[in-house]
Amino acid sequence: MKFRTPLGRVRGLGSAKSGTHHWWMQRLTAIALVPLSLWFVASLIIVVTAEHALVVAWLHSPLVAILCCALIVAIFYHGQLGLQVVVEDYVHTEWLKVASLVVMKLLCLLLATACLFAVLSIAFRS
Amino acid sequence: MEKSQRPLSPHLQIYRPQLTSVLSITHRASGIALVLGTLVLVYWLLAAASGAEAYSSAQQLLGSWLGRILMLGFSFALFFHLCNGIRHLFWDAGLGFELKTAYASGKAVVAVSVIMTVLAWVLAYAMRGGG
Repeated sequence: MKFRTPLGRVRGLGSAKSGTHHWWMQRLTAIALVPLSLWFVASLIIVVTAEHALVVAWLHSPLVAILCCALIVAIFYHGQLGLQVVVEDYVHTEWLKVASLVVMKLLCLLLATACLFAVLSIAFRS
Repeated sequence: MEKSQRPLSPHLQIYRPQLTSVLSITHRASGIALVLGTLVLVYWLLAAASGAEAYSSAQQLLGSWLGRILMLGFSFALFFHLCNGIRHLFWDAGLGFELKTAYASGKAVVAVSVIMTVLAWVLAYAMRGGG
């Protein structure tokens, strides 16, 4: 090891050009969520008080199902990025921080999958 | 890491709360609330997928007084986070950093998110026919 120059040791270990990835994805999902969440709230105002059959008919439309899936992906991607920053800001014990991040991210993945499953199971119903 | 004896910058409670700082922490708080609110979305969607019976009991739970208060909170958190998020996107583009603009946009965010919340609930009740 000591025969290697300092430059040789760090070469390839540096920036993976991913430094802005978190920031960028947070903004990207935020921009997506502006129209998607407005559309969803507007639809909910019409649908939420309605009968089960109307909700099913609403989610049966391909456009609605696709937009719902996009919304779900954007919500949970955005949410876990946000919570990651909160955890990193307030949890200073390294193992606890990593454990919280793992649990939080896996939970978000699970919840997102549950939502997607629910939407698709209605959308694909014959 | 060794504990240094250097002076620390004053803690948060030393500073007088300002609109800008209050909105900043509220943005974070509303974001956390909205992630917790996704549990309601998961529950509602799964109930709708399970069938009419599960859906109507979910509707009953969410339509109860407690459920409505919770949904009112979530809707305000959503509109606030949405409006303030747009304010953040303008900052990301390098716009609106002047102190006067930052305060004006902050006030606008509060006003618009309150108006949107009220409007959404008025419309929802109107769609329902008052009930």
